[in-house]
Amino acid sequence: MTPAVRCTGLRHSFGTNVAVDGVDLEIAAGTVFGLLGPNGAGKTTTIRMITTLLPVGIGTVEVFGLDVTHRKMAVRRLIGYVPQQLSADSALTGRENVALFARLFDVPRRSRTVQVDAALEAVGLLSDADRPAAGYSGGMIRRLELAQALVSSPRLLILDEPTIGLDPIARSNVWDRIEQIRADTGMTVLVTTHYMDEAEQYCERVALMHRGRIRAQGSPAELERQLGPDSTLDDVFRVVTGDELEEASGGMRDVRATRRTARRLG
Amino acid sequence: MSVPLAVQPAAWARFPARVGAMCLVELQKLRRDKSELITRAIQPALWLLIFGETFTRLRAIPTGNTPYLDYLAPGILAQSALFIAIFYGILIIWERDAGVLSKLLVTPTPRAALVAAKAFAAGIRALTQALIVLVLAALLGVGLTANPVKLLGTAFAVVLGSAFFCCLSIVIAGLVMTRERVMGIGQAITMPLFFGSNALYPVELMPGWLKVLNHVNPLSYEVDALRGLLIGTPSHLLLDFGVLAGATVAAIWVASALMGRLVR
Repeated sequence: MTPAVRCTGLRHSFGTNVAVDGVDLEIAAGTVFGLLGPNGAGKTTTIRMITTLLPVGIGTVEVFGLDVTHRKMAVRRLIGYVPQQLSADSALTGRENVALFARLFDVPRRSRTVQVDAALEAVGLLSDADRPAAGYSGGMIRRLELAQALVSSPRLLILDEPTIGLDPIARSNVWDRIEQIRADTGMTVLVTTHYMDEAEQYCERVALMHRGRIRAQGSPAELERQLGPDSTLDDVFRVVTGDELEEASGGMRDVRATRRTARRLG
Repeated sequence: MSVPLAVQPAAWARFPARVGAMCLVELQKLRRDKSELITRAIQPALWLLIFGETFTRLRAIPTGNTPYLDYLAPGILAQSALFIAIFYGILIIWERDAGVLSKLLVTPTPRAALVAAKAFAAGIRALTQALIVLVLAALLGVGLTANPVKLLGTAFAVVLGSAFFCCLSIVIAGLVMTRERVMGIGQAITMPLFFGSNALYPVELMPGWLKVLNHVNPLSYEVDALRGLLIGTPSHLLLDFGVLAGATVAAIWVASALMGRLVR
């Protein structure tokens, strides 16, 4: 079976700063795959190459067998993407936010209403759909963004830090929705997070990234077992990143973006 | 969610579809925020009421048989659209920071279609503004045309002009990358564009060097078209629309080339 994502020898630098330094990654179709690592590990850069936002310089990326450099439009049709920031438009209602993406993905007019409603229903926002998103809570906005990404029935859902800045109840609510959607549609989910507990609970496979490279890969249970009895994914993370974390934990821009998101979520 | 994948429309059909989607969003937003329309109408109102009325009485600017206020109204119409569009780049930077731009670029939308969609959405916003300015001008007694074809032409000129200046602003945003700089450059160029055009005075009165600026300034072509359509002064509609359309296409092309830089 064609994997949902295959990266080979992927590299990317911003000037002299090597953000992604030789990543080989294969994500089986239909799995929930977690890309973990501290700020500045290269997770977002990797995702930006998979989503066609950044040109692939060195190496190759394929999404369901399609090369992202040469088949950009075809790849984009397969992807639903939720960026780290809160990207729903607060001046529009929930329904208008989702309908925009239905139009941008050429969902035909006759099935548009049905599909927009189905996406809103899937994230539990149907009853709030006609309120402006400005009045939504942080968790509701995240779920709205999930609906925006789902309305085109993508085969690969990419979520960059979907629960950042949310309270524990909103976090588990977002994850419950992701799980349910995956169970209903069989779509592949690629998620980045720094929350090890979430990865442990919800991801079938994880890759730990640090300084542009993948340092460990497997199911959370496998990785913990390799480290020894009673280990947690947190311990694996600590071993992989070593003591270098302090100095390497992301640039000013990363931190600022994260804080901005957290602040807007209140 | 077991709906089959949408049939993929031809690439050429995506352009109008995307432009339509973005214009609709712009209208949905405008419907909810009417205060913006009112605050934005204040400046053109002052130009017409104070500057226009005063200079009409002074008769300092020779405009032939046309009263100065009539001569001025199309210029203020174009200016108010310019003032909205020239800061559109700030919105693009905000959208970049909020992840909106990334999300839009991961849809099957060619970058040029996205820029065109944004540009015409700015045009829609300018049209609502134009309506207010026109009503105000009519109340002040400006002899405007009632010919529906000419009014349609007016709307088209306003949309094209706004689309061009919106793209110019996106180009600036793509080059300088921060809100503050877009704001600064926007402020620095609006007045030269405005005063270096035929919006306030006839070209014949300009010194030679200003005439040169006037000739390369798309605002002048917009004003010339608007004046011809609304007031009936002699104009060069074919040339005006040709320049506006050409400039807009070129600006869309340059702005879309810079889009990738913005999300990098």
